[in-house]
Amino acid sequence: MSFAYTDVSMKEFQELQKNFPGDAKGKMSLVIPALWLSQRQNGWINGDVVEYVAGLTGTEPLHVWGVATFYSMFNKEPVGKTLLQFCTNISCGLLGGNELIQHACSRLGIEKGGTTQDKKFTIFEVECLGACGTAPVVQVNDTYHENMTMEKLDSLIDQMSS
Amino acid sequence: MPEKRIILDKIEDKHSPNIDFYRGNGGYEALKKALTQMSPSQILDEMKASNLRGRGGAGFPVGVKWSFINRTFPGPKYLICNADEGEPGTFKDREILQKKPHIMIEGMIIGAYVMGLDAGYIYIRGEFYEPIQAVDKAIREAYDAGILGKDIMGSGFSFDLYTYRGAGAYICGEESSLINSLEGKRGLPRLRPPFPAQVGLYGRPSTVNNVESFSAVPSIINNGGKWYAGLGTPKSGGTKLFSISGHVNRPGVYEIPMGTPWTELFNDMAGGVKDGKKLKAVIPGGSSTPVLRPEELDGMTMDYESVQSKGSMLGSGAVIVLDETTDMVKLLYRILHFYAHESCGQCTPCREGCDWYYDIISRIRHGKGRLEDLDLFERLAKNIGPNTICAFGDAFTTPALSFTRKFRDEFVEYIKNGNK
Ligand SMILES: Cc1cc2nc3c(=O)[nH]c(=O)nc-3n(C[C@H](O)[C@H](O)[C@H](O)COP(=O)(O)O)c2cc1C
Ligand code: FES
Repeated sequence: MSFAYTDVSMKEFQELQKNFPGDAKGKMSLVIPALWLSQRQNGWINGDVVEYVAGLTGTEPLHVWGVATFYSMFNKEPVGKTLLQFCTNISCGLLGGNELIQHACSRLGIEKGGTTQDKKFTIFEVECLGACGTAPVVQVNDTYHENMTMEKLDSLIDQMSS
Repeated sequence: MPEKRIILDKIEDKHSPNIDFYRGNGGYEALKKALTQMSPSQILDEMKASNLRGRGGAGFPVGVKWSFINRTFPGPKYLICNADEGEPGTFKDREILQKKPHIMIEGMIIGAYVMGLDAGYIYIRGEFYEPIQAVDKAIREAYDAGILGKDIMGSGFSFDLYTYRGAGAYICGEESSLINSLEGKRGLPRLRPPFPAQVGLYGRPSTVNNVESFSAVPSIINNGGKWYAGLGTPKSGGTKLFSISGHVNRPGVYEIPMGTPWTELFNDMAGGVKDGKKLKAVIPGGSSTPVLRPEELDGMTMDYESVQSKGSMLGSGAVIVLDETTDMVKLLYRILHFYAHESCGQCTPCREGCDWYYDIISRIRHGKGRLEDLDLFERLAKNIGPNTICAFGDAFTTPALSFTRKFRDEFVEYIKNGNK
């Protein structure tokens, strides 16, 4: 089960190389961008990805593991097709973020951090998303959904379930 | 004083992210003036005269920071824009990144010219996927227009600019941790000295400024440092973006002159407490700044000195409004959960301290606290903040101390009678 970039990922990686100096230090800067490309392709970061990224960037697998585990957005386990990330930090918490995540958990029958059996949904509780003026905020994959309400959440889940 | 939009000028127009719209409204004129009519040292003088203080939270004068770089030092030197925007309550940079990226880019190129820098990176938090797309598009537009790359506007000056996507770590907003992250490492803050101006990215001289700091630069070049300084108070120049959220009727980002009365921002612009409830407290500068009680807000104006004179900090300008229904114990519990999650773990007092703080607030919140716990917060704080590499230690002890000092009754009530 080894991992390798598709042509599309490889092309993007080669473009990114131009952003950094060509020496070993510049190559190490590519570890995080390379992990991003891997996660987009594979959904999560496993040992094979780590080995591959280390090879691409001229770094040790141990270094890449250290980086992958330091940053919370790199998934160390597979996640569902729709990743629902609920902010419950100060402003979102004051305006209903906790109720929203509880509602989503009970509707989908999973706990925070869990994935539904059909692999359609994963729920994470996250820290301030930098959009507190439109709290509460839920990040759905790459997109922010702001001024979230129970109704909007329900129709979002309906939409993503089908 | 109403809102005074300089950075946010015309931001409501749906074309405001586009280079044509930006140029059509005077954009990149400051860059042209800087490159063709001003020497780096003249620009530096204007920057110093402007009293522009760094908008990332620490408020360090931008002109002074720029003068730390030796522009003739041989070899590559770097400019870094801090778009990590992680301090809870802060959401102003996202507005610029998404709706007016060119004003930030223009400020960066001027900075690079002043300091003689070769390349720049805009470090954007990983969750800001859409803002990253917006900035990437703006960078492409600028290259196509000859505003980035080789021989900018025919001036002979060259500068390259790239975005870098973070991956979820609050600490990477701290500038030396950000530099480590840009180097493809874990985001651990570095011991200083040496400062980034000597040993920064790849061990090379580097300057880090916040998105909003760069975005203020074009207006200073166009109108002069004195003009900019005159907009604000004697020590805090210009306008500042405030993010106001929580229990407030019209949350959002407001750009106002430094020194604007608190009541104008809060009542006239933001519409006061949501749903006519009573005000309980305000966190004026992001989650790590001391909370203020309503009576402490009397006479406060929105500038570094006034907020400090009230015992808090302007920080990143993130105002969080708390109404009378707010449970201060539960709120502090949530805040300390955040810090316990985000410590990078490098310094023992911080790593152990934030977990210990979280343990203490957890038992109080669950009705198992002891009165001594409140003193324990005080005692531990003395050994955390002063013994860590970066300011994260202070960032979590400060809210704990201010909450428990100013709302002691509520904590005592939980300790004595539990959570009812
Ligand atoms: C824990 C911590 C988090 C920080 N987060 C941010 C941030 O998200 N954005 C930012 O611009 N500055 C942040 N800073 C401040 C930076 O270290 C640095 O002072 C700033 O980027 C310098 O730019 P300025 O002088 O233009 O403000 C943070 C500092 C600390 C200690
Ligand atoms: S508190 Fe949720 S986005 Fe800031």
